[in-house]
Parts: sequence; C-alpha cells; structure tokens
Amino acid sequence: MTDRRRWTNALIMVLYFILLMLPIYWMLNMSFKTNEEILGTFSLWPRNPTLANYRTIFTDPAWYSGYINSITYTSMNTVMSVAIALPAAYAFSRYNFLGDNHLFFWLLTNRMAPAAVFLLPFFQLYQNIGLYDTHLAVALAHLLFNVPLSVWILEGFMSGVPKEIDETAAIDGYSFPRFFFRIFIPLIRSGIGVTAFFAFMFSWVELLLARTLTSVNAKPIAATMTRTVSASGMDWGLLAAAGVLTIIPGALVIYFVRNYIAKGFALGRV
Amino acid sequence: MEKTKNNRAWFLVLPVVISVSFSAIIPLMTVVNYSVQDIFGPGQRVWVGKEWYVDAVRDADLHAALLRNLLFSFEALLIEIPLGVFLALRMPAKGKWASLALVLIALPLLIPWNVVGTIWQIFGRADIGLGGYFLNSTLGIPYNYTLNARDAWYTILVMDIWHWTPLVALLAYAGLRAIPDAYYWAARIDAASNWAIFRFIQLPKLRGVLLIAVLLRFMDSFMIYTEPFVVTGGGPGNATTFLSIFLSKLAVGQFDLGPAAAFSLIYFLLIQVFSYIFFTTIRNIGRGDTA
Repeated sequence: MTDRRRWTNALIMVLYFILLMLPIYWMLNMSFKTNEEILGTFSLWPRNPTLANYRTIFTDPAWYSGYINSITYTSMNTVMSVAIALPAAYAFSRYNFLGDNHLFFWLLTNRMAPAAVFLLPFFQLYQNIGLYDTHLAVALAHLLFNVPLSVWILEGFMSGVPKEIDETAAIDGYSFPRFFFRIFIPLIRSGIGVTAFFAFMFSWVELLLARTLTSVNAKPIAATMTRTVSASGMDWGLLAAAGVLTIIPGALVIYFVRNYIAKGFALGRV
Repeated sequence: MEKTKNNRAWFLVLPVVISVSFSAIIPLMTVVNYSVQDIFGPGQRVWVGKEWYVDAVRDADLHAALLRNLLFSFEALLIEIPLGVFLALRMPAKGKWASLALVLIALPLLIPWNVVGTIWQIFGRADIGLGGYFLNSTLGIPYNYTLNARDAWYTILVMDIWHWTPLVALLAYAGLRAIPDAYYWAARIDAASNWAIFRFIQLPKLRGVLLIAVLLRFMDSFMIYTEPFVVTGGGPGNATTFLSIFLSKLAVGQFDLGPAAAFSLIYFLLIQVFSYIFFTTIRNIGRGDTA
C-alpha cells in the first residue's frame, strides 16, 4: 500500500469516527450540565460542569437498582444461552440427523417475530407461570433470540476443529462427557468468548420484552429512563447521564473481546 | 466436513428446542387464537373466523405502513451495505489501530435501542441539540423532526445508518480478513489496479458475509420499533409509522387485539418467506464454493 493511500484511509476513518462520536459526545456533554444550562445557553462543552446528575443516579435506589437488574438478567441469560447452545452446536457441527436443516431454519425464524405484537401473549404467559417481574423471566424470554444466535456462532467455531480429534479421544478411552469438557471446550474457548459477547450484547440492548415482563423488582435501567418526564418538564441532564451509564458496560465488554470480534462476525454455518 | 448420520444427536439439541419453544410457540399460538376472535375484554370474546384476515387485504392504513416500511428498509440497505463495505476496506488490518477501530466502530451496537433513540432525540432538537442547532442556526436550514414529515423520515434514516452501518462494516471486515495473502501477491504480480482487486478478489469473497448482512439488516429494519418510537412516536401524522409501530398502536393503543394479531401473523409470514429465500440462496452459494 502506498503512503498516500494509507493517509487517505486514515483520514476517512478519522472523519467517520468523528461523525460516529458526535451524537454520543453531545449526550456526554449534556450529562455534565444542569437543566438550566441545557435550556438556557447553547455551548459545545459544559461551562459549569456538575456531577449532580450522576449523584442522583448513584444515590437513588430507583435509579441504580435499574442497572443492577439489567446486569443481573443479562448475565443470567448469557450463561444460559451458552450452556444450552453448546451441545446443540456440537450436534449440528458433527452429525446429520432427521430434520436438522429445518430445525436450524426454525431456530433462526425466532429472530424474526415482530416483538411489538407478541408482547401481550408474553405478558400473559409469564404472569400465568408466576415468573412475572423476576430476573429469570427476562433471562428466559431473551433465550428466544440468543440461543439460535449462539448455536449459529458456536457451530462455526466447532466446525473449525478437525473431527480426528474426537476420534482420537474416543480411541484413547475418553468418555463423551469427559472428552467434551476436558478437550473440546478448551479448544473452542475463543468461540465461547465471542458467543458470550453477542448474547450479552443482544440481551443488554433489548428493551421491549424486558419492560413488558417486569414492573418493580426486575425493572431494567432502560425502562427507568423513560420516566424522566416530571411535572416540571423533561429532566434532560438526568436522562443524558443515565444514557451515558448504559453505554459503559457494553464498551467494557467490547474492550475485552476486541481481538475476537472480527472472527465472531464471520458467523459459521454459511 | 464429512458428517455422520446419527439421529441420537436430537438428544443434544433437545435443550435448545425446549427452551426456544417455550418462548416461541406458546405466545405464537396465543396470537393465532386472538386472530380469529373479536376481544372486548377479559372473558368477553366472539369468534369471527377469517374476518380480520379479509380486513388485512382491504386495510389502507396497513398497506400504507407496509409500503412505508419497505421503502425505509430499501433506503437503509441501499446506503448501509455499500458504506459498510467502503469502511471495512479502509480499516487498518492489524496492530493496535485495528483494535481501536474495532472497539470504536462496534460502540453503537452496544447501546440499548431506546438510548439510541434518546441520543438522536436530543441531538436533533433545534433548541438544545447539536445537530438540530447546527442545521437551523448555523446553516439556516429549517429543520424540525417533530413537525416536518420529511425531516422526521431523514432523522430516522440517518439514525439507522449511524446505528447499523457498523454491523455491516464488521461483517465485511471479518470477510476481508479471511482472504489469503497469496491472492494479493498474485494481483500485485499482475499489476492489478485497486478497483480490479476489489472487483475480482474482494467482492466475490465477500458475497457470503454480504448476504448475511443483507438478511440481518432486512429483518431488523423491517421490524424497527424502539428507536423511531422514542424519537418521533410514529409522527408527525403517520410519516414514520412503520409496520411494528402501526401494529402495536392497534394492539395496545386501541386494544384491537384481533386485527393486530391477524396482521402480525401475515407480517411474520412475509418476513419468513423473504428470509427463507435469502437463507437458501446463501446455503447454495456456500456449497458452490466448497465443491
């Protein structure tokens, strides 16, 4: 690559990242302002930076419990998705069985159900089995789209492990469970990391189901945010601060799996 | 990979089938149940048979929302796919800059969808938002997404591009990294132009991931709900009332569960047909490559 071309590429990327960051920066900027400053003067950075909005969030249980709830059900869902998807992904990557392709397509179609209209049935279902307003309810409901995705990604990684390894282990007298946990799982460690990242991400960004299945005890932070309209109008500063805080867990998770992201996006089975 | 035929593999997929069925089939059957009844309240319902399905063929508002959504999906795909590929070609291939670029580019994907809505709701406001203020006061272009239908449409479109182009870029980036260096050496020996490298090496190799990108983006943009709901609530008028917003207004707002259920089943079926076509295409292309 010539030097000139390298510089053009760098310039294009920098420009794109500036455009990408502007809206986020603006929210960050507002989160350090008081409502008077937001509505009174227009400034590119906070003139009198204040942490008052963040203080409200960290001291008011109605706010910070939202974060704890979101992180709780997201983590539960991530663990469950990976655990359930592992054996299935192994089956899809190693065996042909009756109806395997149809089953795989059926799994994928669950990503396509227009959530907005399935909300009431979901609400009734979880109400009836007594799980309404628990973390488990949201974690279970999110399995709907996270399990198929996890199977899809894991299967790609497993297909990259040669079958001879399975056969050698069998000859060496390893039982299937022992082979699976002691040999196979360590081999696809990075795949499990990537899968966990995707499961976490989709569970973290989903609001519709999470909001429908909870009221107080397991209410997600994103739902708490929709209640910032008070009698005195919109509390923009607080809304912005809460928004900024929802970005942080995602940013941390990306940082940890940054070297595997590209690989994970090469989604297996196709 | 050569696979063995083994029907006992069903035991391994059983946990998946059970966990997904629980949240998929029961709610789906409830929706089917709604779709053939007129529901007035708990315990008050009348069997209406195929009436709501007949309505779906005639309902002008439904058709308008469907067309609006198709147009939106089309515009979003038309911009996001080429832009994503363009960016992927320009991202650094390795080293610390590559890591940084990956982290930055993936950021919008990890923001909860309603926060994405909130970010753009704030950003576009003429009084307190940078974008809205810049357009109105600095450039002198009148812009107001709550009053002007065209402004609202473009706000949602730009938001969607901002939110989802990174997904296309990451997919394309992963596809590009899978091309062996030998291909590029061969191209250099032939003194191929950058365009020729793109056209004859990179693009054919990206076909698989691009089909996934199109599939994912089509499905998601066709079901878009949370983000426009936060920014415009479907307005002004019906300008940004996409299919999901229309259906949930019907189901939750007016409590017309029957028609909403029937319409959404048709909608679900429509997405599945499109996706099945994509899915089979992708698989067949994959087979062609290995053979």
